[in-house]
Amino acid sequence: MGEVEIVLPAASSAAVSTDGKLLGLLVISGLITLLVASLIGLFAVRYRRGSKASRDRLPNWFARDLETVWTLATVGLFVAIFAWAASQDFALAVPPANSVEIHVVGKQWMWKAEHPSGQREINELHVPAEETVELVLNSQDVIHSFYVPAFRLKQDVVPGHTTRMRFHTEKIGTYRLFCAEYCGTQHSAMIGRVVVMAKEDYADWLTRQPEGDDLQEDGKKLFVAKGCAGCHYGSSKVRAPRLAGVYGSQVPLSDGRMITADDEYIRDSILQPKRDVVAGFEPIMPSFAGALSEGELVSLTAYIRSLAETETAR
Amino acid sequence: MSDIPYRDVDVEGEKPGWRIMEESYLGERFSIWSWLTTTDHKRIGILYLISTTLFFFIGGAAATLIRLELFTPAGDLLTDDGYNKVFTLHGVVMVWFFLVPVIPSVLGNFLVPLMLGAKDLAFPRLNLMSWYLNIIGGAFAVWAMLAGGVDTGWTFYTPYSTAFANSHVSLTAIGVFISGFSTIATGVNMIVTVHTMRPPGMGWFRMPLFVWSIYATSLIMLLSTPVLAMVLTLLITERLLGLGIFDPNRGGDPILFQHLFWFYSHPAVYIMILPGMGVVTEVITCFSRRRVFGYAAMVYALLAIAVIGFFVWGHHMFTSGQSMYASLTFSFLSFIVAVPSAIKVFNWIATMFRGQITFEASMLYAMGFVGLFTMGGLTGLFLASVPVDLHLHDTYFVVAHFHYIMVGGMVSAFFAGLHFWWPKITGRLYPEIAAQIAALLMFFGFNLTFFPQYILGNIGMPRRYHAYPDAFQVWHVLSSAGAVILAAAYLMPLFYLVWSLIWGKRAPSNPWRASGLEWQTDSPPPKHNFLTNPKIEGSVYDYHPAQEPRREVSDD
Repeated sequence: MGEVEIVLPAASSAAVSTDGKLLGLLVISGLITLLVASLIGLFAVRYRRGSKASRDRLPNWFARDLETVWTLATVGLFVAIFAWAASQDFALAVPPANSVEIHVVGKQWMWKAEHPSGQREINELHVPAEETVELVLNSQDVIHSFYVPAFRLKQDVVPGHTTRMRFHTEKIGTYRLFCAEYCGTQHSAMIGRVVVMAKEDYADWLTRQPEGDDLQEDGKKLFVAKGCAGCHYGSSKVRAPRLAGVYGSQVPLSDGRMITADDEYIRDSILQPKRDVVAGFEPIMPSFAGALSEGELVSLTAYIRSLAETETAR
Repeated sequence: MSDIPYRDVDVEGEKPGWRIMEESYLGERFSIWSWLTTTDHKRIGILYLISTTLFFFIGGAAATLIRLELFTPAGDLLTDDGYNKVFTLHGVVMVWFFLVPVIPSVLGNFLVPLMLGAKDLAFPRLNLMSWYLNIIGGAFAVWAMLAGGVDTGWTFYTPYSTAFANSHVSLTAIGVFISGFSTIATGVNMIVTVHTMRPPGMGWFRMPLFVWSIYATSLIMLLSTPVLAMVLTLLITERLLGLGIFDPNRGGDPILFQHLFWFYSHPAVYIMILPGMGVVTEVITCFSRRRVFGYAAMVYALLAIAVIGFFVWGHHMFTSGQSMYASLTFSFLSFIVAVPSAIKVFNWIATMFRGQITFEASMLYAMGFVGLFTMGGLTGLFLASVPVDLHLHDTYFVVAHFHYIMVGGMVSAFFAGLHFWWPKITGRLYPEIAAQIAALLMFFGFNLTFFPQYILGNIGMPRRYHAYPDAFQVWHVLSSAGAVILAAAYLMPLFYLVWSLIWGKRAPSNPWRASGLEWQTDSPPPKHNFLTNPKIEGSVYDYHPAQEPRREVSDD
């Protein structure tokens, strides 16, 4: 039998404020439970059949006002708790100035992470301490959920969607990683660990990883290998829009809408090219759904993003 | 004013027991065929009692396997697929074939016409059909189990259920789909009965609160169950015909499934708990000898839960990636829907104030209900708070929370009701001390089983895990130990209730001196319920005279 665990480490800034809410709720509901239990116990003893306690008629205010009082008190209390909890959401919704972006793909039954400079790991995630980390999550098959109890955070990883999970790491250490959404046979084996390291150690760790191609390099190769370059390459604007500088810009669509070309748009355009066709082009691009793995999509997106960066640099 | 004799009821002038039995709905004719083709709401209630009991023990056997497996961290008793099938079976059977029908279709069927002084429900044959649909649906679910099981969890989340699971998903979904029509039929029947068959003198606000709870439940059944039928149809269509609805590889969206599923399944939680609230109200008033505190507030609370309950489904999806504003809206509404439940808890307690309380088994169950329901409800507030839910969602905290509502709440309420009306249903008294022991065992066994799961969830143990890290074992061992006590507490009534059918003392027409119309007829009631029209005097819960205080002789 392992050691008894009752207190979780708080390894992210969200964990600290969530623990505050948890504690508050625990105290409030503990008091209410105590009130209910002791009233039931008290009445059960005091008003047991034949006891000598007074059964005088209830005063009029009792029936009339009590109901109103506890209704309003409950509404007030519950709305207050809601507001207190909601304040945390608003605080977390503010995007950070800069963050480390790591792509994570969930598949039956493992987690694959790809760091910005191309390092890959499976069922492990190394992140720097005291840094805001943004995970970009995709699933290759069914819904999974990326859950780090020590961060008090989880985010479902939904096929066909790109979800994001942001956390600010606080404490150095190794923490459990679970899949929290049931995903089939080996759901309970889809576990791993998250290692929060001092910044220098993280940088060190990155350099010690086998030198794989980074995401952009990988994407560039795929861009050619999968035939994207045939239409989208260079300055040709005949059949397909140029991709240099597209990332992050406003793109006019053929039905008159404008859309921001973010990760999600690029991903959608690869998988469902006929959905948001750029103004002035025919919807002739075939869908690449099924032809590209989640990892390849991530690399391609990274490559297209890099085209925008070189553009602005010029 | 002297205290009225209690329990040793005046049986003079009553017919001898054997004659009552002979003239009753039970003694009328005894052949299997007459039972299987009966349109008598009381007999259909008994049929439902038998089928739900059967499903309860199937679901309970699955729960036993789950607790045995989780006794040790390694997945050593069942295979991973085996475990996944067992928890799915437990969920499917308990939700759709036990919790949803148990109070409305067993006690509701038996009691609603009696409480309204009516001969039967509005549509007796529809009532029989609803039972057949329920067992046909159940037969599909059991067939799926025998054919090799289903491993999606009771929530059938896509695209796992439509594109990845290699188990009998469609068969199970068809079973649930069919049982949904049974629910709808019961709902229609109850609504029409309450609208059209109330006796003269019983206005809406003079109905027993049990009838109100069944009415509110039926409204939810009627409005939400069609959505379940739709989502299951879409699921089967995608799985069998390959149409892309939820599977992103075929152009669908898995999140759509969650919206549709929870649009049914959250209101379904109230389908499962409101009837329990009705039962508990009847029991607490009777054994406290008090009029219910705040009758009108109790009615409005039921209706408020029924209505607001339709607008909180998104709180199951805080982690799905839905927008923060959607999450906050659903969070706010979830806090609001907790208010009427709190009102009911306070009213039950206030009903006990200045009562003449006795502690028959039903009252013990009802008091347990109030406590456990309060804990289940309060932990619901944790899950309604978005940041806290991001931590606790899909962990054992959620498992503990809904078992406090469903098992601590609803199952306790069912046992309270079963004991309370057992003399009326069968004409026999059950052995009181054995029943009180079972009620206490259930309360302690339940807490020992499920309280450790709150702690497990808080330290991060996810749901639906076949094997788990060693550090969690202590709490799982406690939980499994509690489950042993709980299992014993569930088996006890099976024995002493069946025993009482043969050896139990004959019940007088009103053994608890309760106030409802159902107690004005014989126990068990004759075929057409009442030989003479029942008298409606005073208010529903006339346990103490309206104006005069009820005093003990020795007092003051």
